[in-house]
Amino acid sequence: MQPVKTVKKEPVKVRETAHGERSKTFEEVVLGYNEPEALAEAARCLQCKNPVCSRGCPVGIDIKSFISSINNRDYRGAYLKIREKNDFPSICGRVCPAEYQCRKACVFTKKNEPFASDNAINIHFLERFVGDYGMDNGCSIPVKKDPKLSGFKVAVVGSGPAGICFAGELARAGVKVVVFESLHKTGGVLRYGIPPFRLPRNILDFEIDCLKTAGAELVPNVIIGKSKTIGDLKKEGYDGIFLGLGAGCPSFLGIPGENLCNVYSANEFLTRVNLMSAYKFPEFHTPVNIGKRMVVIGGGNTAMDAARSALRLQKMAGIPADTTVFYRRTELEMPARRLEIGHAKEEGVKFKFLVQPVAFTGDDKGLVKKLGCLECGLGEPDSSGRRRPVPVEGSEFESDCDIAIIATGLKANQVLINATPELKTDKYGDVIVDKETMETSIGGVYAGGDIVGGEGTVIEAMGMAKRAAKAMLKRLKKEE
Amino acid sequence: MNKILSKTILTDIPGAKVTGMSIEAPEIARSACPGQFVAIMASEKGERIPLTIVGSCQKTGAVSIIFQEAGLTTKLLGRMNAGESVYSIVGPLGHPTEIRQYGRVIIVGGGVGIAEILPVAAALKTAGNHVTTILGSRTRDLLILEKELKSVSDDFYVTTDDGSYGTKGFVTDILNRLLTNGQRPTTNDERGYGLVYAVGPIPMMKAVSKVTSVAGVRTLVSLNALMVDATGMCGCCRVTIAGEVKFSCVDGPEFDASSVDWDELAKRNNVYSEKEKHICNLSKL
Repeated sequence: MQPVKTVKKEPVKVRETAHGERSKTFEEVVLGYNEPEALAEAARCLQCKNPVCSRGCPVGIDIKSFISSINNRDYRGAYLKIREKNDFPSICGRVCPAEYQCRKACVFTKKNEPFASDNAINIHFLERFVGDYGMDNGCSIPVKKDPKLSGFKVAVVGSGPAGICFAGELARAGVKVVVFESLHKTGGVLRYGIPPFRLPRNILDFEIDCLKTAGAELVPNVIIGKSKTIGDLKKEGYDGIFLGLGAGCPSFLGIPGENLCNVYSANEFLTRVNLMSAYKFPEFHTPVNIGKRMVVIGGGNTAMDAARSALRLQKMAGIPADTTVFYRRTELEMPARRLEIGHAKEEGVKFKFLVQPVAFTGDDKGLVKKLGCLECGLGEPDSSGRRRPVPVEGSEFESDCDIAIIATGLKANQVLINATPELKTDKYGDVIVDKETMETSIGGVYAGGDIVGGEGTVIEAMGMAKRAAKAMLKRLKKEE
Repeated sequence: MNKILSKTILTDIPGAKVTGMSIEAPEIARSACPGQFVAIMASEKGERIPLTIVGSCQKTGAVSIIFQEAGLTTKLLGRMNAGESVYSIVGPLGHPTEIRQYGRVIIVGGGVGIAEILPVAAALKTAGNHVTTILGSRTRDLLILEKELKSVSDDFYVTTDDGSYGTKGFVTDILNRLLTNGQRPTTNDERGYGLVYAVGPIPMMKAVSKVTSVAGVRTLVSLNALMVDATGMCGCCRVTIAGEVKFSCVDGPEFDASSVDWDELAKRNNVYSEKEKHICNLSKL
């Protein structure tokens, strides 16, 4: 651990829409740095001899170097530097949990802090600035079509972060790529899961368009495992297959009353709101119910997204905002981004910590009305390193709740896996791969993203997709 | 976008209009099996709704659906014509019906559920089963697919609530008679029934289940739970089966009738009824 360096200048605050206004819409909250702000923040970087920040990045972006390019006002250079490791700087600059990654590793973060100190360089905002610059100024990385690869065709299953990253890598190398998406729109969790106020749709659409420009074909409404099988794809002459299915299956709590009406999984609630645009009902036809007392259970980013969406829906419907997050541990242990916990609080989301839901109860129409909980204390750390919640006997209490959203995790969707018995999975139902090559138990079939690692981040998915792309290109060129 | 190849109005009674459509979807047509369904969006701003695949033709690449106009989406779909295109269709979804030799089977269809039993009845007949079909309808003019089902049935019954056609009463009246010893209308075959397969309104399926569990005949029902993605992603369609939570879309849509929590399903299916009414009123549909 290096000694904490002295901070000479205050970090540059990022501009945001005022919280009174923003929580009535699904418009983006963080507005990002403009050029002078980016220059001022970049100038704070010490350009350490030993840049530990990069070690905190799951894909090892050369952070020192791209910040140095910003210092030299060489934004194109900065963009190309990031693109060496990260295909989607505009997306990652918005959704990466930087306070647990690069910024936590930054020398300005105090020793033994659970997440980045406020003084740590705002690497994510700089990345976003550079990414958006690249997007607005037509920066692109050179396409190096390899003549050895022409004539090959590869299928990608899923158009989420892993799938589109993998597809981009292969398309730019000159391989014919077809991406199959089960939903009617591409983008996977970036579209159905992350709300537009965190990731505006034009950013996502831009990345998808880039993929098309690179020559990849995107086919929505095809479920591999149902519409076609892996075997069908092989018969159709695909030389390689990449599985980027994600972790799309919601977990429930397994407590009484969970099937009462208006108890949603976060996936259902967010899919209605984000993918189906239920927040624009009745212009869009998919409804979502809005309550007077909305409760979200969980402490991760999905819980924050659900709570902030719920609160917005209440405000848009003219209902006094009353959305509460119930979490078993305390704020310190919440896996959500600190930035988004902060945003949720500013917007008016309430938090109830150290509570464990035990039962939902409803009325005679089957509508949920109350959530029964136990209070918890914190015990010894568990396998995640976080202190385990211990319910206190006799501490039962009830809270009013007319909409409940369960955001306690996701597991692998088993549709393709059930249709592909030769595909080996672990006890969680995740696909088993060779860690170096990301190849599955089926030769020529690779996998990456949440279907391999369980719920992770966009950048982790991208890291896996890049490893898989490298290995598949090698295989196609017969360099193994 | 998928083109509507043809459209047939099956019944045109106010409040109970039933339409059949054949839609171009070659990849679905190639792999569809009886018992499976599609998720369909009429327009880009529309909902995804599940509809049973009533038929499919590999040659023309068409899948056929039959729907009763109930909510906004089915009403909008009903206003579309051959030559126009639906925004999206995906499938085949759900597990296919297990088609094998059961011996004697009874197929029960009520209302628009009659459309859903047709492919299953036909496949069971082809597999060599003795097929008895019971169709239930509120009234004669609402009865659909009589000819088609008759042609795949060895024994065939129709009941109407008002007695305007067939036997006056409910499907369960006939079912009860068939399953009660000594009163079986076809007396030349004493083998028992191996399967009852029923699709229709929840009260009908619940009533069928009551009759068949007393008689001890295995009964399958295809559930019409609300869905969003219909691919196992959201849990909107969760149902309680023998005390366990299942997703209709990926674990079903068929389940053992005696294990279904019918009241829960009925309540869950009602959860957007006010919003549905509101949007239909706004759209003057």
